[in-house]
Amino acid sequence: MTSNILTTQGLTRQFGKMTAVDNLNLEVEKGEIFGLLGPNGAGKSTVIKMLTTLLPLSGGSATLAGYDVTHQPTAVRRVIGYVPQALSADGTLTGYENLLVFAKLYEIPSSRRQRCIYESLAFMGLEDAAHRLVRTYSGGMIRKLEIAISSLHQPQILFLDEPTVGLDPLARAQVWQLIQQLCAESGTTIFLTTHFLDEANSLCNRVAIMQQGKEIITGTPDDLKASIGNHATLDDVFIHYTGNQLTSGVNYREIARTRRTAERLG
Amino acid sequence: MKSLEPDALPKDWVKSRHHRNFPAAITELVTKTLAITELEVRKLRHDPTDLFVRSVQPALWLLIFGQVFTRTRAIPTGHLHYLDFMAPGILAQSVLFVAIFSGGMALIWERDLGVIHKFLASPTPRVAMVLGKSLACGVRCLSQVFIVYLLVFLLGVKLNLHPVAILQVVLIVLLGAATFCTFSLTIGCLVKTRERMTGIGQLLTMPLFFASNAIYPISLMPDWLKLISHLNPLTYEVDALRGTMLADSTSIYSFGLDCTVLLLTLTGLTLICGKLYPRVAM
Repeated sequence: MTSNILTTQGLTRQFGKMTAVDNLNLEVEKGEIFGLLGPNGAGKSTVIKMLTTLLPLSGGSATLAGYDVTHQPTAVRRVIGYVPQALSADGTLTGYENLLVFAKLYEIPSSRRQRCIYESLAFMGLEDAAHRLVRTYSGGMIRKLEIAISSLHQPQILFLDEPTVGLDPLARAQVWQLIQQLCAESGTTIFLTTHFLDEANSLCNRVAIMQQGKEIITGTPDDLKASIGNHATLDDVFIHYTGNQLTSGVNYREIARTRRTAERLG
Repeated sequence: MKSLEPDALPKDWVKSRHHRNFPAAITELVTKTLAITELEVRKLRHDPTDLFVRSVQPALWLLIFGQVFTRTRAIPTGHLHYLDFMAPGILAQSVLFVAIFSGGMALIWERDLGVIHKFLASPTPRVAMVLGKSLACGVRCLSQVFIVYLLVFLLGVKLNLHPVAILQVVLIVLLGAATFCTFSLTIGCLVKTRERMTGIGQLLTMPLFFASNAIYPISLMPDWLKLISHLNPLTYEVDALRGTMLADSTSIYSFGLDCTVLLLTLTGLTLICGKLYPRVAM
């Protein structure tokens, strides 16, 4: 009996002649924090977009909590939460209103809605800012609110695309703590992408390294470090496996979006 | 978070939409459409300045264009004064402008921010996202009804202030706004940049406005333009408004036909836009 909550088989995505994700086989266990690492343009965000049903697969399959992303997208959407890399909380609404809308979209019954929202705000430490417009929040507060929105319906698996990009060290540490707490207390499986290797090292139970759309290696951070020698860091592992190439196919729009997000959060 | 109970969600919550029965699917569509509408209306409540800015354009048309053409009597409008004739046209025009520029432009802005991705990853029917936005646009345009009524009342236009007639005007404005907002959202799904959307918006609004009965009767048009104006949903919106808004005017095509044309156009565009909507996040 497998305890995998997410399985991909030959997951592939092509944009014209360019293969962004190439025959990816991943297995994520229930309740773990799984990190997908790789240089810019490696295909990490494309993987998340396919798994969250935003992008159709060009080939292969993916199953989340027993549901197929291609054939049962609505069922998949009910069991996942998603925090995109870009800013997804609406700045022209209050924190409470952002949560309220998604509570309705995720069909949390009206009898429990208020309680869920305020408990979620309390968990994130945002009760005092609940009725302030989100555009007055700090970067860390916005990220916390986004995680609150995405976990309000108690998803079985939460996708976080570069959750700490653009945050100061203090806010980053707070976000890490929240992710760990969420995983430990509600048993939510976390699937995150990051290019901060210290983050992956201290946060993830297992990591997979991707390059040019392909999975290079998967394992626990300790196993990967041990695989290339004593006293190696995850940075060494990353450089060892990705070859430190800076010429991979980075998309101009993606760079612009990352920088804009960093600027808004910063 | 710990205290959240597992029964916080309905029992069939995870079921795919295909497995939900028809009444449940309709209930889901309606409740989620209203949730999206509520979101948009809450935004408007936090920042209503746009509503006042939008009142400038109809005021200029009525006070400058309307006054001049009333004096010159260049356009034959039967027993109606020209200002009375154009008042419903100007209401329809201001609804058209609000709808075209708030629909697709806001969608591209939300896509650039990343807001749209989270909605698309939630179990919300795509059609509900489109309908919710277009219904909210209708609510936004109701402010235009108030502004235009106030202006034309001050200018001496004879209005039909019977509650049923006002309700009919509200219905037509909601339908017209939703139709053109969905049209704009459809273009927003296909266009990549805000600049291009602005250009296309301007390119569309003028022909839609001038190839309609908004400021002159269709009988004055050459045959080819008559044909286009009969295919233009704005013509039916103006016709219905002219029949309901004014004290002594009737609709040419009948209120029922006008509503049917707008409703069918809205349904068709909503289905197309619902199909195209996921492209926004790709």
